[in-house]
Amino acid sequence: MITYNHMVAVELPDIEVDRLFHALADATRRDIVREVLHGERSVSDLARRYPMSLTAVQKHVSVLEAAGLVRKRRHGREQRVSCRTEAIERAQRVLADYERLWRDRFDRMSTLLDGEGADA
Amino acid sequence: MTVTHVHRDPDNLTLRIEAQLDVRAERAWQLWADPRQLERWWGPPTHPATFTAHDLVPGGTVRYYMTGPDGETYPGLWQVVEVDAPRRLAVEDLFAEEAGDPAEGMPVTRMTVEILDRPGGVTMAVTSRFPDLASMEQIVAMGAVEGMQQAMSQIAAILAEG
Repeated sequence: MITYNHMVAVELPDIEVDRLFHALADATRRDIVREVLHGERSVSDLARRYPMSLTAVQKHVSVLEAAGLVRKRRHGREQRVSCRTEAIERAQRVLADYERLWRDRFDRMSTLLDGEGADA
Repeated sequence: MTVTHVHRDPDNLTLRIEAQLDVRAERAWQLWADPRQLERWWGPPTHPATFTAHDLVPGGTVRYYMTGPDGETYPGLWQVVEVDAPRRLAVEDLFAEEAGDPAEGMPVTRMTVEILDRPGGVTMAVTSRFPDLASMEQIVAMGAVEGMQQAMSQIAAILAEG
């Protein structure tokens, strides 16, 4: 359930917060997300990239899937992984909003400094 | 004032923004060091900030609240990590409970300010590092200015997708 107004925080279910945090906190998982940004990959292709067992890679993929960052589909005998790009785009959008927040702050700093005339 | 550089890193959940100000470093530093000046730019016009504590030393605490148009207040808290006047400030930006104590289990953003000389003034660089995507969204929503509505409804739609 999400509610918002100008100032109230987005309310995310605790379990979703935990899953996202957990998903992005691991370097291998971040690498998997970056890799599937380039296109769908089979789990075995992904596994070749990392010095760990196929089972370990499958577990990482499951964590990412639970966090909503990737989706899996079966293709014959393969499991294929693709990026839910909307999650990445979401991160980009949020950063864009934060950038705007800081641009507005710098504008207000400037107004405050301009009000004093010459350099103090 | 010119914003000269913005670097967004969605993988590392970091944003760095640099602006040029036409004043000396000591004057630029006062924008952060003087709570009465902070109050004039930290919050948007719809949600002005009031700073109630401002102990700008390592280990010190800065407390503030924003006031919404309906009179509701939203507390905030910085734990000060590094201070090197007039060049560098690093704090951890936390949510605060109503009583002003750090809210347990809530996200912490690391914010670093650097003030560097350039001809005619300084460059002020602010780097924010978020702990994770969901926290970043929460924090941005908390500090949001007008115009967030579209972004928030997009986020709501994505998260409602099951």
